Amino acid sequence: MSGYLAIVAARFRSLLQYRAAALSGLFTQTFFGLVRIMILRAFYAASATAAAPMALPHVTGYVWLGQATLLLIPWRGDEDVTEQIRTGNVVYELTRPLDLYGLWFARALAWRTAPVMLRMLPMFVLAMLVIPIFVPEWGLAPPPSLAAFVLWLPCFAGAVLISAALTTLMSVTLMWTVSGDGVPILIASCATMFGGLVIPLPLFPDWAQPMLYALPFAGMLDLPSRLFTGDIAVANAPWILAHQLAWTIALVALGRALLRRGVRRLVVQGG
Amino acid sequence: MNALALYLRYVALSIRVQLTYRATLAIKALGQLLVTGIEFFGIWALFSRFGSLAGWTLREVALIYGMIDVGFALADAVGRGFDKVGTLLKAGDFDRMLLRPRSIVLQLLGFELQLMRIGRFSQGLIVLVWACLPIAWTPATTALLVISILAIGCVFLGLVVLQATSTFWTIESLEVWSAFTYGGNYAAQYPLSIYRRWFQRFFTAVIPLALASYYPARAILGRDPLGALPAFGPLAGFAFLALSFAVFRLGIRHHASTGS
Repeated sequence: MSGYLAIVAARFRSLLQYRAAALSGLFTQTFFGLVRIMILRAFYAASATAAAPMALPHVTGYVWLGQATLLLIPWRGDEDVTEQIRTGNVVYELTRPLDLYGLWFARALAWRTAPVMLRMLPMFVLAMLVIPIFVPEWGLAPPPSLAAFVLWLPCFAGAVLISAALTTLMSVTLMWTVSGDGVPILIASCATMFGGLVIPLPLFPDWAQPMLYALPFAGMLDLPSRLFTGDIAVANAPWILAHQLAWTIALVALGRALLRRGVRRLVVQGG
Repeated sequence: MNALALYLRYVALSIRVQLTYRATLAIKALGQLLVTGIEFFGIWALFSRFGSLAGWTLREVALIYGMIDVGFALADAVGRGFDKVGTLLKAGDFDRMLLRPRSIVLQLLGFELQLMRIGRFSQGLIVLVWACLPIAWTPATTALLVISILAIGCVFLGLVVLQATSTFWTIESLEVWSAFTYGGNYAAQYPLSIYRRWFQRFFTAVIPLALASYYPARAILGRDPLGALPAFGPLAGFAFLALSFAVFRLGIRHHASTGS
């Protein structure tokens, strides 16, 4: 276990080096957040009577939380692992006295968490304290109760687990398709669309709702954000955690099974 | 060899290189089609829930969306070299390009014609064609549409050129610029009127994206008469690109090699 912890810690430190990039990213994400809020507010303003399934302040909060935790979305597999598979250095990984899936999962966990943590706190400060100075109704409101905030923390952790499991799954599929961006692009597209990044999931047509919430992607941004804003009642928090854990277990099992088959047919060239 | 012939040779070479890995190219293009298609699906979902947007129908918004995305894809395909300036600087390859007896702008434009952008391009084109179907076209509005799309491409290319210029100082290409390129692309897909005043001014007077898209689109849709603003607005897009190239040339003077 301590071996995995050391891997997480080392990667975390190396990823925290890029502060200028983080600042720059913060600006871009704030910009996108503002545009997204203006667009959604315009839609809400156009149809005052329409039965919108989500209150406007909740939508605003949802956008900011989405921007803050944006980097949880698994855009692609772990770069280092990708490179290892391409060059064949993946054999060195196999010689380590660690379980390969566990190793990759630990790396993915750090790779997903460090940038998110670095960006989340300043984004929260901006959205909660700075934005409301200029336009009060555009800010991120604090959670409705202390309980909502406290329960949001494990849900956020659950989101990180799903994200890391998906990232590792992307890396594993590279054992079949070497240069393949195919599967990662597919997963990333699904994650953006069905994760609530394009528009908040409750705003999709009603017939799509059961499917959207059965998928793992809802557990990354959507469900935790809605708990935070109060759109989902505190009493339903255990369901969110159950959704996240069930999907994490399923994705880890799938990733492990695929990796086992991949290693069995792995042929490494050269000496 | 004159400049145009050289550029065409660059392009032909770049296409040949990319066609070597056909499957990879196809997957990337399809992936882009998927990603941008998803974006439009999101807009559709919002319209199906809310009916209209500030008096605009989905088909009207689709015209703006299509124009913006086709223009953006064109700029993206052509501007790859400028996108890479940061990487070229770091590796010292930029100095090598400066030594060649040809204009650096020409070399960067010919760096690569990105074929994978055909994914976004075709998605934008499909939306655009769908939006164009019910419109009664005249020669004037047809010409305006074509000129506007080219002008939009020029604005986005201008932004990429400015981004490249900034790397003479920062070396690392900063993500800030994606707020204006990708962020501008995202914001300009919707009618300008839904945004706050300061935001509208920014995308009209500082980055003339709205002059090349929103106002011409209003005229094409018959919301405004075809007056001076929609007819000559797109010219600002071409002027923006010319200005960006001028700034780029100034920036090169500031260029100190990163050494090796």
